[in-house]
Parts: sequence; structure tokens; C-alpha cells
Amino acid sequence: MTKVINVGMADLNVACAPDKIRTTGLGSCVGVVIYDPSRKIAGLAHVMLPSQEFSRGDTNQAKYADTAIPALIEKMIACGANRSQFQAKLAGGAQMFKFQSSSQVMRIGERNVEACKCQLERFNIPVVAEDTGGNFGRTIELDTLNGVLYIRTANRGIKEL
Amino acid sequence: MNNWKQFSKMHMDILKEIGNIGAGHAATSLSSLLQKPVEMKVPDARLVSFNEISERLGGAEQVVVTTLLTIQGDVTGYMFFILQQDGAKRLIHSLLNQEEADSCNELHLSAVQEVGNILSGSYLSALADLTGLNIQPSVPEVAIDMAAAILSYGLLEVGKVGDHALVIDTCFYDRPGQERPIEGHFFLLPDPDSFSILFQALGVTEHDKGD
Repeated sequence: MTKVINVGMADLNVACAPDKIRTTGLGSCVGVVIYDPSRKIAGLAHVMLPSQEFSRGDTNQAKYADTAIPALIEKMIACGANRSQFQAKLAGGAQMFKFQSSSQVMRIGERNVEACKCQLERFNIPVVAEDTGGNFGRTIELDTLNGVLYIRTANRGIKEL
Repeated sequence: MNNWKQFSKMHMDILKEIGNIGAGHAATSLSSLLQKPVEMKVPDARLVSFNEISERLGGAEQVVVTTLLTIQGDVTGYMFFILQQDGAKRLIHSLLNQEEADSCNELHLSAVQEVGNILSGSYLSALADLTGLNIQPSVPEVAIDMAAAILSYGLLEVGKVGDHALVIDTCFYDRPGQERPIEGHFFLLPDPDSFSILFQALGVTEHDKGD
């Protein structure tokens, strides 16, 4: 039976075929999906902040791009995924509000996307598709059977990556 | 004060009282805007995990109409004024004396934004009067989107210290005792460092057990 594995905010998990893996309500957060088409194993991280440098005593690895992506890769390999097959898809990183301020917090979505790409590049994982930016929220779900990422929005319907 | 789990019942009661006074003033403002009575529920101050925060609004994917202000000054944080979509439509209808429209146009959105601004302003100025602190609201922003996507914006600061946020939630509604009320929520989400400042201003120490 197909299960849907839910990944919460600042969390990560791995799904194997035929299961699906999803995360809801991505705003400025980025959903990073890594997929191994040969073994049909997918990992998903719901990243909130670009780097652990932002942490003030928090130790949740899944929250930061620079710790979540290595942890996700490790977890996928532990589940039997083949690292040389990895490909990534990104969604989220929106700017929900456009406060007129120079504060860095305001661009956090964009910075999250940049940080995730930088980490994926570090591990030589190609980004094969992305749906990032804009000013709207997204819910994403990956089907491990075919690697298709479904992106649902409040006002813009469903998109497939 | 990063370890919120050590807050005593008294601390939580004080936070509820903040919600009570703030939202009380906001409800009075709304009542005069709508020219009819507005009632308030008992405020709730609770430590919630990031995944639980949207639950009181109907879930992470529930589409809500939100006005957001950032708070600056002695205390920093976020103030969300949240309406369900049908409640927002009825509010616009009441204010503009128009038929309930299916979709929101610019005028509707800016009406909601202005209401959110007035109400949040009343809430925060009541809080400033109570504490004697400098509390400045920013220019309001409005969005219609999934609750979790909107609220996560307010979690960036608390996210740096952990996976929980302390939310002061006050719900109010018009048409007491009738169906289909316009129901709105105020979510006050102070940044982690602001709690000790708030408590200090109210003459309570962090380690006070009170009872």
C-alpha cells in the first residue's frame, strides 16, 4: 500500500517506492528533493534558513541548508540509495511579504535557494528542475515511482516538475 | 530567556492578559468600524511546535487572508491579523456596503489591509500603554495564501533558538450567537529576547514562580 510520508517544517525524511513524500506550506522555506531514479528512493528536506551560522543554540540539522543537505544525503545512502544517481529538484523560497526594508531577513527565500544550490553543487548533485521565488506558498509531493514533483499553490493550481 | 519550558503558570497568565488587553482594544476598534458589537474569546498563550502553529487556523494548507506587521522598538516580533476567506469577504461587504464578491480585487485587499492595520495598531498601542515600552508597528503587508507559508515568516527569529514558538492567540467574532460570524485571530509572536523585556516592564522576574 502506498503511504504518504509527511515532512514537517525544519525536518527531513526519506521515502522508498511506492511511497510518496510531501511537505506543506512552503513560504520562504525551500523544499529540497533528492531522487535516485535507479533505486526509486527520494529524500526531502524542508529548509528554513541558509546556514547554521544563523543558529543561536539550536541544533536541528534539518533547519539549515548547509547541514540539512549533507544529513539528507547520508540518510538516503543509509536507506540504500546510489549517490552517483542523485538528482535534485527545488521548490519554495518565496518572498511572501515585500516589506520595504533593507534587512536581510526580507530576502530570506532567495538566500535559502542560493544556499541549497551551493550545497547541492558541493556534492555534485545536478538540479534538474526548480520552481522557486514568487510571492506565494507551495505544497510539494514527490512520487517515488516516477520522480515527478507535484507543486500545489493556493491560487495558481498544480504544476508538475 | 531561551528556555520557555520553564515559564510558570503565572508567566503564561500574564501573556494571556496581554492578549486580553490588546485584543480588547482591537475589538473595540472593530466594533466602531462595523458599528455593531464584537465579542472576544478567552486568549490563549501557548508554546507550540512549528507544525502545530497553523492548527488553530484549520491546518497548514488552509488559505487565509492575513495582515502582517513587524514590531520594532524595545520589543520585537510579529503581529498577524488573520481571517478565513469567507470572513474576509463578509468584512469587506460590511465595510464597503457592497455585495459579497467571489474574488478579491485591489480595493478589497487594501480595505482588509487597512482594517488589519487599525486593529493591530490598537492592540499594540494598548500593549505599549500597559508596559510603558516603546512598541512600533511597521507598515502593514497583506497576503492571501496557505497558513503555514504565511506564518513561517514570523518563525524565522524563533527558529534560530529552537523548534517552538510562543504564540498569544486571541480570537474575536461579530454576530454573537448567530451563524457565519466574521471570525478573526490575532497572533502575537514576540521574538525570543522580547519576553524578558515584557516581563520586566510588568514587574515580574524570569524566575518568579508567582503561585
